[in-house]
Amino acid sequence: MADVTPRPFIRIRPDGTGGLGRWGELWEYRDVLVMLAVRDVKLRYKQTALGVVWVVLQPLVAGIIFAVIFGRFAGLPSGGRPYLLFVFAGLLAWNLFAGVLQRAGNSLVGEAKLITKVYFPRLLIPGAAAAAALVDYAVSLGVMAVLMAWFGLWPGWWLALLPVMTLLTLALAVGLSLWVSALNVRYRDFMYALPFLIQVWMYASPVVYGLEMIPERWRGIFALNPLVGIIEGNRAALLGGGTEVWPLLTVPALAAAVALWSGAAYFRRVERDFADNL
Amino acid sequence: MSDPVIRCENLGKSYVLHHDGDRPGYRTLREDLLSLPSRLQAAWRNHGTGEEFWALRKVSFEVRPGEVIGIIGRNGAGKSTLLKILSRITAPSAGGVDLHGRVGSLLEVGTGFHPELTGRENIFLSGAMLGMRRAEVRAHFDAIVAFAEVEQFLDTPCKHYSSGMYTRLGFAVAAHLRTDILLVDEVLAVGDASFQQRCLGKMAEVAGGGRTVLFVSHNLGAIGSLCPRTLWLDHGELHQDGPSREVIERYLADVAGQAGTATTAAAPAGPAWLVSARLAERNGTARQAFSMTEPVRVECEYQVAQAGGYTLSVQVKEFDFSPVVHCTSGDAGFAVPGTTGRHRIAVEVPDMQLYPGRYWLRLALTQTATGRQHDLDRIGFQIEQDFTLCTRPLPRQAGLVYRRAEWTVLSPPSP
Repeated sequence: MADVTPRPFIRIRPDGTGGLGRWGELWEYRDVLVMLAVRDVKLRYKQTALGVVWVVLQPLVAGIIFAVIFGRFAGLPSGGRPYLLFVFAGLLAWNLFAGVLQRAGNSLVGEAKLITKVYFPRLLIPGAAAAAALVDYAVSLGVMAVLMAWFGLWPGWWLALLPVMTLLTLALAVGLSLWVSALNVRYRDFMYALPFLIQVWMYASPVVYGLEMIPERWRGIFALNPLVGIIEGNRAALLGGGTEVWPLLTVPALAAAVALWSGAAYFRRVERDFADNL
Repeated sequence: MSDPVIRCENLGKSYVLHHDGDRPGYRTLREDLLSLPSRLQAAWRNHGTGEEFWALRKVSFEVRPGEVIGIIGRNGAGKSTLLKILSRITAPSAGGVDLHGRVGSLLEVGTGFHPELTGRENIFLSGAMLGMRRAEVRAHFDAIVAFAEVEQFLDTPCKHYSSGMYTRLGFAVAAHLRTDILLVDEVLAVGDASFQQRCLGKMAEVAGGGRTVLFVSHNLGAIGSLCPRTLWLDHGELHQDGPSREVIERYLADVAGQAGTATTAAAPAGPAWLVSARLAERNGTARQAFSMTEPVRVECEYQVAQAGGYTLSVQVKEFDFSPVVHCTSGDAGFAVPGTTGRHRIAVEVPDMQLYPGRYWLRLALTQTATGRQHDLDRIGFQIEQDFTLCTRPLPRQAGLVYRRAEWTVLSPPSP
């Protein structure tokens, strides 16, 4: 008896070989990624009373406060660029990174009901959360464009670096959030440590201040934080940069590769236990 | 013969029970870090950290294409665990399964629904979760909407839906899944009777469509009529696998183990508990069968540890445990003796005129002030037909309560 349509063959084994680990499945279930991301975006803009306004206002207000305190009162250097733009360019990259980490990191625990009731590749859950965070980034990018026009500053050919920076930021954030989301399932107290870690990380990165603030001899060590290269690279892309930006990108590129590879490997190893642990 | 579409071999699933009563696998990073030395030591000495519990053990069976199989068993027998392994939600601990074909599972109604989203949005979301492509959902969209009867509310957020509408929509999406293998958990226990009937109809349609279906239910009637073959799981093991009629009869005989009586083995902690109950005549003779026109009489003995106000209730249930009649001592204005010590009470449920068949009785003793309850459940008994009431045999599937109606001839309609 010949089948008309080819039937997939699925092997279910205790060690998770077969069904639970095929990469091709991610493509098969791509609709889930899209639907989940669309849902997240819709909910974000439906539920908050101010909707889009909130997403615009949040980084803008933060940027203005930082600009006033660090740029005006403390008089920190910004390489001759308006401090608001300087800070906002840093916040843009930082918010994408932190947004993905936070949303994707908590995504599995948030979808406990789904995970225990239906099967699809679990990678799609943090993936969709990251995609939704990307929408906020796009909105912020629009705000940045308006701000730059306001200050009469036009991006140069450095702008071509922006997509590269965005991808790099995303890769690093997704890689780390694969770790975080999986650890969150296993260790529930991890959820409380995450906001603190993110906060500390922000002040250890040149978001509200510039790299010039760091004494020359410490910069080498400081740049081991991949966010240094990411934020400086983002600033260079939007506001124009110097030639010293390129070496800074080695660390983020390496970090992103390691995070993505190890995160995916760890995630795949533990995902089959998610339903039992949630 | 064609090859099996599902081959389960020695399938097992174990959970590690932590002694502190934690949920399996749920822990904190702090604990893990602090207990690292002792766990290393335990691993060194080859000691486990918890007790193993096998939710499923050595389950083997094969399913041929197009077979419709029922899965029955008591709560906790491993039915849902089996479906979860087959649908790849959780991984087995031992053995394995080979599946040939696309698998769709319906383990709850409204998988992936979000209350803030509209009906339309939820149809696409849920469809995607269940494994339908967007185009597939679009192709079945009208049929889904029609089945769920929610046309006017398609663009209303689902949080404004009645629970009936929500359930209908959830089932409608899943019912239009076109997978080779369909796994369905107890989903018919929700919704009103007419909707349940429609769901069963849909299930029958699916079952007749040449697809392979595994169907878990407590509704033995539905299993009997939909599935030619039934698996009976008991304490995680495959107890019996065979023609549904045979398996269900054996299963019923087993759950009805102590017909007519029930006792509490060990005194439970609590203000009061039921010690024993039995169906009996007024002269004390034990009974297991009653005529449909005769009252069902129960005698029970209970122990009060904490004096106070108590309420007794009696519930009559169908063979599939759906409730039929419920009486409380409070409604009857009867004061249940609540002084410390042992008491005996007899309750008579007046003639219910139930259709002949097997029924269950449940007794519950509740402390009025706190609501703390102890019960004796599944006291089985038989209702027999009273041929003086009705001479034709009363088929159980026709009804539950026998009544004679008033019939009147009206004048013919004017042309």
